[in-house]
Amino acid sequence: MSTDLLSTFESSLAGVATAHTTTAAAFAETLTGIVEAPALGTPLPYDGVTLDDTGVETEFSPSDLEAASTGVTAASVGIADYGTVTIPSGSAGEELVSLYTPTHVAVVAASDVVAGMPEAYDRLGEEFEAGRDTQILATGASATADMGTLVQGVHGPHETHVVILEDR
Amino acid sequence: MSSRREKAAELRRLMETDGEAVGEHTRTVNQLSDYAITQFEDYEACREAARGIKERAIENLPELIDTVQEAVEANGGQVHIAQTAADANRIVESIMDARDAEKLVKSKSMTTEEIEVNDHLEDAGYEVRETDLGEFVIQVADEAPSHLIGPAMHKSPEDIAALFNREFDLDEELTGDPHQLTEFARERVGAHIRDADVGMTGANFVVAESGTLMLVTNEGNARKTAVTPDTHIAVTGVEKLVPSLADLQPFTELISRTGTGQDITSYVSLLTPPVDTPVPDFEADEFGDADDREFHLVLLDNGRMGMREDEDLRETLYCIRCGACSNTCANFQSVGGHAFGGDTYTGGIGTGWEAGVHSLDSAGEMNDLCTGCSRCVPKCPVKIDIPWVNTVVRDRVNRSGDADDFDFLVEGLTPDEEPAGLDLQKRFFGNVETFAKVGSLAPELANAVAQSRPGGWLLERVAGVDSRRDLPELATETLREWYGARGSQVTDAERDVVLYPDLYTDYFDPERGKAAVRVLEALDVRVHIPEVPESGRAPLSQGMIETAREQARAVHGSLVDHIDRGRDVVVVEPSDAAMFREDYSHLLPEQSHERLAEHSYEILEYVYGLLDNGADADALAAGDGASVAYHSHCQQRTLGLAEYTEEVLDDAGFDVRTSDVECCGMAGSFGYKSEYYEVSVDVGDHLRDDLGDVDGERLVASGTSCQEQLGVLYERDTPHPVELLSPR
Repeated sequence: MSTDLLSTFESSLAGVATAHTTTAAAFAETLTGIVEAPALGTPLPYDGVTLDDTGVETEFSPSDLEAASTGVTAASVGIADYGTVTIPSGSAGEELVSLYTPTHVAVVAASDVVAGMPEAYDRLGEEFEAGRDTQILATGASATADMGTLVQGVHGPHETHVVILEDR
Repeated sequence: MSSRREKAAELRRLMETDGEAVGEHTRTVNQLSDYAITQFEDYEACREAARGIKERAIENLPELIDTVQEAVEANGGQVHIAQTAADANRIVESIMDARDAEKLVKSKSMTTEEIEVNDHLEDAGYEVRETDLGEFVIQVADEAPSHLIGPAMHKSPEDIAALFNREFDLDEELTGDPHQLTEFARERVGAHIRDADVGMTGANFVVAESGTLMLVTNEGNARKTAVTPDTHIAVTGVEKLVPSLADLQPFTELISRTGTGQDITSYVSLLTPPVDTPVPDFEADEFGDADDREFHLVLLDNGRMGMREDEDLRETLYCIRCGACSNTCANFQSVGGHAFGGDTYTGGIGTGWEAGVHSLDSAGEMNDLCTGCSRCVPKCPVKIDIPWVNTVVRDRVNRSGDADDFDFLVEGLTPDEEPAGLDLQKRFFGNVETFAKVGSLAPELANAVAQSRPGGWLLERVAGVDSRRDLPELATETLREWYGARGSQVTDAERDVVLYPDLYTDYFDPERGKAAVRVLEALDVRVHIPEVPESGRAPLSQGMIETAREQARAVHGSLVDHIDRGRDVVVVEPSDAAMFREDYSHLLPEQSHERLAEHSYEILEYVYGLLDNGADADALAAGDGASVAYHSHCQQRTLGLAEYTEEVLDDAGFDVRTSDVECCGMAGSFGYKSEYYEVSVDVGDHLRDDLGDVDGERLVASGTSCQEQLGVLYERDTPHPVELLSPR
């Protein structure tokens, strides 16, 4: 994981989302600074990183989903050239949490950031092989120009954050 | 003819209602897309890869259909093959029925427009709601989409506000604020999604080996539509299949850049349904088990397998429906997809789709709006030769016509290869060489007749030539007559070339030919101007492929002897340069085309080469800082040749500025046709807006029809750039 790749990723993100670089130890603090309650999340797969003590609920109902201000999910790959994160969606409801909340926070390990789309598809191939075969390549907020000008926040989030774990 | 008048009136009406919104939207996206492509260094490599994947996928389609069927079934879904639209609708209805469903939400999909599933389900008593905001607007307005990816782009925010205020019982009237409108539509649509029993999507791609769908959206409605209800139906044409996940990579990098001008859309969903997402029941406020999800993939043929067998239409199946060909099309920018569209599909590639899945009639309605300018070609992410597809469709439409009262008259005059029943307007423009030859026997008389009231009436009545356009005047002396009398004036020639005497240069505007001769001679080139037939551009642009092929053979026959003697072919008219370089690939054996293509040069491309090889630039007229407004020709730009003219003028000391518009709107015969005259004027007006005031500047254009159009727009003579360089 070169610093070049990370700085490319961050500059691509600059146009579409808010990037936060942190460590596993400082994750809870970083996240607390971003989320707006009520917040929902799905389990994170990174060693020493959890949503415990961050005020983010991992047990929720459909009405909680509708009421939540923030959703937190993991990203399997970050794509430096695009500022894109891939969101695996499974039985914990990642797709709903990352889609129904007005603010979405994706958490990505620095070691999962790749340069471009060809490398990303190599990684996605491995992910699919491992059974994580539904993933969303998400870049920034949902948007439309159908009403005459570009409007952010349509059926999905109107604000997105990417938290990069630099020691994972 | 009343039908031409009706067509003109319809186009006038649509330019009035849709033109402004469509124009603004398409031009903006076209510029964004230009920028996104310029910034993307892998563009050509990705296009090459994307094209190859599509070619192989369509080649192996029957195997891919078997593969995807196995994959989807292994995932727990079902695959249905629908031969026709009616089959597809029956399948969808039976799924609705089996699930006891009442309400279906849909994300944007052209394929479901093609089968008109909304009408079918509504007639059967089901509720259907569109979730893409553009489609939602169209559904409320009860209209058809006017663009492959911007279905409501013909409506301004004010139009949308007026529509919603009229159709919904609102406490407070909506203004034309796009944010307020988006919020309003989002709320309505969101409620429908939460309340729906079934979600229907299309698919941008389907991965055969894994049963994965790729859905490309910005709004996120496709994501919600696919996972919120417990039943997901994806309806997609069989041509969307690709073998493996890795095949999606080039398309992921291309589709937004060409389609919307973004590097990537907000969401590219790779769904392998039925998905594991728990099913939200908002009413009961609980999550249902993901195991209860059902997924149905409806694969639609509806003419596609026939297109696959059709040498000329097959390419259409490579289309990824990005809409770039619409955005880059000057005529589309003026009239929009309600004019430039058939039963379902719109824009340049729409003709191929309509001919393949609906009918030649539907394709014929829109086909003539493609002038073959080729500006869509560099923008197509899968390198479809869209002008050629349109030419083939035009040929087929020509051959499906009924004979007409005037046929005996024109058939006697025109030695073409075309059937009776060919539209007389096309026969006239396709055989313009014959008329020029006949006219030049007595040019003054011919000009007088063409410009007289009865002559104009007859041309309009018989050939649909608009009387508001001045026809070009025949010169009193042709270029070949002039050169025959004058002869070569090079004593010590470095090289010999053939100057191709194109129809326009020879009969109507010998001055640009004379300038080309003088410029070449000043650079120590001996010029030969043999008699060579018209290139075939005229009949080809009317869809008269067999006539064009005859012409191409004759041209090749005339020129190959010179090429064998080491002479290059230099061409003044860019559309003929494009003919030799590109279009002859469809008309001649490969070897013949390649030989001619390899040895043909646009005039200032050739001059650039001479100067680059040490010829003396001082032998040409000097610019002395004079300001030049230059409009290059559409096909010249597609071939990447416009830069040579700019460079040569620049080197000669001219201060050159250029226009950015895609096409001047004249496009050969297009601007002369009575049903299209007003569209051509509208496109021309945009060129004028773009180029602005040219007072105190030299105004030049490379193409014949561009020279004509600019001449009308600026009410002044618009020469060819080579005329600026002529030493006397």
